[in-house]
Amino acid sequence: MGLSGLDIYKLLPKTNCRECGFATCLAFAMQLAKKAVSIDECPYLSSEAKAKLEAQAQPPIKLITIGQGETRLQVGNENVLFRHEEKFYHPPGIGFILEDNITDSEIKDRVEKINGLKFERIGQALEANLIAIRQNKDAKRFVDVVKIVSSNTLLGLVLMSDDTQGLKYALEVLKGKNPLIYHATKENSAGFAQLAKEYKVPLVAQADELEEASGLTVELAKQGVTDLIIEVSGKPMPERIWDLTQIRRLALKKSNRSLGYPSLVVIDKNDLYEEIQEAATYISKYAGIVLIKNIESWAVLSLLTLRQNIYTDPQKPLQIEPKLYPIGQVTDKSPVLITTNFSLSYYTVLGEVEASKIPSYIISVDTEGMSVLTAWAAEKFTPHKITETVNKFGVKGIVSHKHLVIPGYVAVISGELEDESGFKIIVGPKEAAGLPSFLKNLQYG
Amino acid sequence: MVLQLMTERWTGEVSAVTIGAAAKDGGTRAYSIKIGGEKSLPCLFKEGTLPNKPQVAFEVFDVAPNDWPNEVLKPYGKSVNDPLEWAQMCVQDFKARSLCIRLLGAHPDFGNKSSEEEAQLIKKLLEKVSVPLIILGSGDDAKDNLLLPAISEAAKGECCLIGPAVQDNYKTIVAAALADGHCVIAESPIDVNIAKQLNILISDMGLPLERVVINPTIGALGYGLEYAYSIMERARLAALSGDKTLASPFICFVGQEAWRAKESKIETLPEQGIIWEVLTATALIQAGADLLIMRHPKAIEKVNRYIDNLMTNDRTQSSK
Repeated sequence: MGLSGLDIYKLLPKTNCRECGFATCLAFAMQLAKKAVSIDECPYLSSEAKAKLEAQAQPPIKLITIGQGETRLQVGNENVLFRHEEKFYHPPGIGFILEDNITDSEIKDRVEKINGLKFERIGQALEANLIAIRQNKDAKRFVDVVKIVSSNTLLGLVLMSDDTQGLKYALEVLKGKNPLIYHATKENSAGFAQLAKEYKVPLVAQADELEEASGLTVELAKQGVTDLIIEVSGKPMPERIWDLTQIRRLALKKSNRSLGYPSLVVIDKNDLYEEIQEAATYISKYAGIVLIKNIESWAVLSLLTLRQNIYTDPQKPLQIEPKLYPIGQVTDKSPVLITTNFSLSYYTVLGEVEASKIPSYIISVDTEGMSVLTAWAAEKFTPHKITETVNKFGVKGIVSHKHLVIPGYVAVISGELEDESGFKIIVGPKEAAGLPSFLKNLQYG
Repeated sequence: MVLQLMTERWTGEVSAVTIGAAAKDGGTRAYSIKIGGEKSLPCLFKEGTLPNKPQVAFEVFDVAPNDWPNEVLKPYGKSVNDPLEWAQMCVQDFKARSLCIRLLGAHPDFGNKSSEEEAQLIKKLLEKVSVPLIILGSGDDAKDNLLLPAISEAAKGECCLIGPAVQDNYKTIVAAALADGHCVIAESPIDVNIAKQLNILISDMGLPLERVVINPTIGALGYGLEYAYSIMERARLAALSGDKTLASPFICFVGQEAWRAKESKIETLPEQGIIWEVLTATALIQAGADLLIMRHPKAIEKVNRYIDNLMTNDRTQSSK
């Protein structure tokens, strides 16, 4: 949380010298709080006050980039504890751990499967983000595997190794690819800080306790490494939730810089459901990166969908452009289906129309992203609004029949809509799932 | 360097609701289940006690369901044609701790069974199984106003959770619950204000808030889950901050929503539906769900284990 104008005022000289261009120090402080002016405008600021004010100008949780190009992952820079307070900004990276002690062809096979974990839901691309390579043998094998993986994927990489020599070779191979090093601990921090600095890559700071983690990031920052990700490891699920919550709270509410970094969680469960459920838990509760082992596509899809849900802007529902959408090889006999421009409504209807294999027009009425029932209750999906939309897109000139299909949930508007639009109204199913059989039996009477 | 943690001190708590009456409480259930009572946000044991685990109830219909995908019908086999057999299977084979019976067959479009017929069914069900019951009407307001009082009377003294009561139609069911000693599901359409308003209306009729459970009407994973997720977080924060009218436990109809998802109906990917139901439940538990109504035995098994992993905590043991 930023400092208030009054908090800032306390740090100013309070001389009202006007050299900053404002009549009083208080007025200047108010502008500073709004980030409308620079603190450099005050020539009499103590260095201590300046440091404090500069620190508060930085985001409370640092934004960290892993990988490069279009597939790079950015995590951090969050502002709130609960999504309804504003929104969660940077969806956590989901990555897969790859052991280096399997055969080359197995590795290629897995990398190919991971590359293929791409889905589309309600018009958004859902993709996994990272591949983490874990060293089990010698440095040479590790580097060989890093080479294989890196030449077969565009995803960001995580290097999981305690062996600074092996890491150095790997970082040499991955120059410019900005991998994440996993991980620095209290014991090895000097060597790992050196590597992170030399290759300008982000680094995981790992500890068994929160306090230790905080000490470690301070130590690493002293050594000039501030592109950090925190891991507090080895605890059962409720304890981890507590730690993740504390990291987020202390960074946001107490401006604790030593914890102002994204968090990483490695899930070490062999049972697929247990692993996915635990991953889902940390996606909901503040993790910046979640590393898992399973690459079953149906399981990964469920996780990516949850991430999409939690990171949707609660103030701005996902919308599509209000339009007349022709689906399939439409003719002037094709049915015209009315829905809202709420993405979820539209894409659900679209999916069912496609499944029915009956070419149809879908009209999305501008309901400001509200779903059918909500929009109807808020008077954004009224006979008048629908008629306006139907006329705007020239439906009369496009189809020869004079019928519109409306969602079953708004059956009550059919009379009024019929009068206003001049179309015959057919009440469709309540749920989009009923569309295929509805469309197959649809006859204009 | 000592790290100062930041601990919230909540002044409010969620009311604890008991479902099912054993012999000592004038009923015939083998035990009762308790939900709610939280003095902290989900899993944050260090800030307040979370005395009761979230509970999962198996959902059973009085008529064979017409819209369940094969994958979720399969485990029950032929028993879905006989609610008594189905209920017994849930309890005996799948170790259900509680059951949620939906009287869909009373709906004018799905059989239009009479209230007397359904009341008889509930009586038989109470004899057949001894777990606490959640009983839902048919979903048709006019019919439910006749049906639910009859059901309530048939289960008098068993402390069932019955519903739904909605803003436009709550009086009959609340009066019945008051007369026969049941708890009520207060259903609101993903809206904190309506949830609060309805709770006030219900408590104005004399039903204590300790006998009310909120149904915030959830969406499945990928189908608006996040709306209910945030409504539940907001209501729970208000409850912990002292707003008694929002301090009811949540009931979430996870199975109903998850098995409607397109992803759950892919015959070639049977596990996708299961994980859809599992993750919908998982996320809602993180938002504060107290009672989850679910359908697939495997999904329920996974969610129960998750709940055990979440709630197995030394601090809760010592606070009991």
